[in-house]
Amino acid sequence: MSSRTEPTATESSAVSEEGAPSGSAIEIEGVSKTYAADAGPVHALTPTDLRVGPGEFVVLLGPSGCGKTTLLRMLAGLEVPTQGSVRIGDRTLFAPGALTPQSEALGSLGFVFQAPTLLPWRRIAKNIELPLEGKGPGRRERRERATRMAEKVGLEDFLGHYPRQLSGGMQQRAAIARALVHDPDILLMDEPFGALDAMTRDQMNILLQQLWLDTGKTVVLVTHSISEAVFLADRIVLLSPRPGRVQDIVEVGFPRPRPLSVSADPKFGELVAYLRSQLGEQP
Amino acid sequence: MAAVSEVARADLRRLRRRRLMESRWILWVTTPVLLLLLLGAWKLYTVISGVGALTVPPPEAVGGALFELLGRDMLYEAAYYTFYSTVMGFIIAVVVGVGLGIVLGKMHLLEKISAPFLVATQVVPKVAIVPLVLLWFGFGIASKIFMAAIISFFVVMQNTILGIRSIDPGHRDLMKVIRAPWWKRIISLDIPSSLPFVLTGVELGVVFAITGAIVGEFLGGDDGLGALAVVMLAGMRTDQLFATVIVMTLMGFVLYAVVSAIRRVAIPWHESSGRVTSL
Repeated sequence: MSSRTEPTATESSAVSEEGAPSGSAIEIEGVSKTYAADAGPVHALTPTDLRVGPGEFVVLLGPSGCGKTTLLRMLAGLEVPTQGSVRIGDRTLFAPGALTPQSEALGSLGFVFQAPTLLPWRRIAKNIELPLEGKGPGRRERRERATRMAEKVGLEDFLGHYPRQLSGGMQQRAAIARALVHDPDILLMDEPFGALDAMTRDQMNILLQQLWLDTGKTVVLVTHSISEAVFLADRIVLLSPRPGRVQDIVEVGFPRPRPLSVSADPKFGELVAYLRSQLGEQP
Repeated sequence: MAAVSEVARADLRRLRRRRLMESRWILWVTTPVLLLLLLGAWKLYTVISGVGALTVPPPEAVGGALFELLGRDMLYEAAYYTFYSTVMGFIIAVVVGVGLGIVLGKMHLLEKISAPFLVATQVVPKVAIVPLVLLWFGFGIASKIFMAAIISFFVVMQNTILGIRSIDPGHRDLMKVIRAPWWKRIISLDIPSSLPFVLTGVELGVVFAITGAIVGEFLGGDDGLGALAVVMLAGMRTDQLFATVIVMTLMGFVLYAVVSAIRRVAIPWHESSGRVTSL
C-alpha cells in the first residue's frame, strides 16, 4: 500500500537544468533559509529540493523547528529564501538570489493560516469576498462566488454573521472558502486545524478531502499530527529539525475517498508507527 | 432542602444584580438622585459654614443666575464662539493626529527619532505658552483654535500609532498573500483595524480640545465662555461664574456624547460596542 522512496533532498548543486519544462505545480530547487541571530546564524532549512505535481496532496510533517512552516511561507512569498529558486506553475516566484517575490506568481495560490485570520469587522460573506476585491469581478459576481464557496464548506446560513459569532471550526471553514474563492490552482495550508478539538478536526479533514477530490487542486499542507498526515496525504515529506532538512518522503496509497475508518486499517497503523519511529530517531 | 433553596435564592440575587448592571435605564434613576444629594450637600454647606455668597453662592442663587444668563444673547454668543473654536481645533487635531499617527506607526525609525521632540511638545506646560500663542496668532479666534488643536492632538496621535502597531501580523500576511495593493491594505486593513484605538483617542481628544479653547479664552480676547468667566469674576458675580462653568460642562457632555455615539455606530463589530453577542 505504501512505498518508501529515498529522500530527494540533495545539495543545491544537484539541480536540474534551468528552464526545463517541468509540468510541476510547485518546483523548489536548492532552497534554504538562514536567519541571522545574536548567537550566530540559525539554519531554519538546509538546501532542499521538492517537486509537487499538479493535483497532488503533499503534507509537510515534522516537529516544531523543522522548517516546515518556513518552507510553506516561502511558497507563498511571505519569506524570502536565502538561496535557491521557487517556481509556481510556469512562473518564477523566487529566482536564485532574489530579494523579493515576483508577486504575479502568487495569483494561483490560496493560503489558509493557522489562525482563521478573518477580519472581525467584516461579515462572513465579505470576508470570503476579500481576495476578489479590486481584482475585476463586480459586486454581484463577488457575492455569488462567495455564496457558492460558503455552500461548499457548509456556511451558507452564516453569511451575515460576524466572525466572532462562529465557532473555531466554522471560522476555519470560512478561511478555507476565502482561500479558494478566486479559484487558485494551489492551496497552501499552515497547520490549519491545529487549534481545533479532535472531533472537529476529523470533520475538517473529511471536508478538506472532499473539496480536494471535487476541485482537483494541488494542496500543500503543514501539520505536526502524524495521523492527519497519513489520512490526507498522497505523499508525506518528513522534515527533521536543527538544522531543518527533509529526512524522508513517504507515499501513501490508500484509495480515495478515505473514510475516517481507514485509521483502523493495519497498514495505516504501520505507517503511523514507521513515521513515529522516524521522528523519534531525531537528535 | 433548605440548603438548596438557599443556593437558589443566592443565584437569583446574582442574576438580578447582573440584570441591573446591564440595564441602561438605571442611570436615569441614579443620576438625578445623586445630583439632588450633591445639591443638598452644597446647600447645607453654605448654610452651616456661613461662607459668603461671594465665595460659594448657594445652589438656588446659581440656578437663578443660570436662568438669567440663559435669557441673554451674550451667553449664546460666547457658547457658540467656544463651541466653534473647540470643534475647529479638534478637527485639525484629528486630521493631523491621525495622519501623523499613521505615518509614524508605519515607520518605526522615524517614530523613534522624532519621539523626544513629540514628547517635548507635550511636557511643555501648554498654559505657559499661551502668551506666545497670543503673540503669534493674536487675540482673535485663531489663537483659541490653535490651543484646542495642540492640546488634543497628542492623544489622538498616540492612540493612532498604537492602533497601527496593534494590527494582527496574520492579517498583514493575509493582505500580502491575496496581493492586495497598498491602498487596499490601508482601506481594508489599516483603517478598520486601528479604528477602535483612533476613536478612543478622539473621545479623549474632544475633552482636551474644550479645555484648550477655554484656557485660550481665559488669557486673551473678549469672546467665548472663558472670557465670559473672567468678566464675571471681575464683576464679583460668583453666581454667574458658577453658571458659566455649568454651561461649559454641559457643552463638554454634549461633545463627548456625540463622539461616543459615533464610536458605537462606527465599530459595531468591536467588543467595546457590546452589541453582537456570541452564539
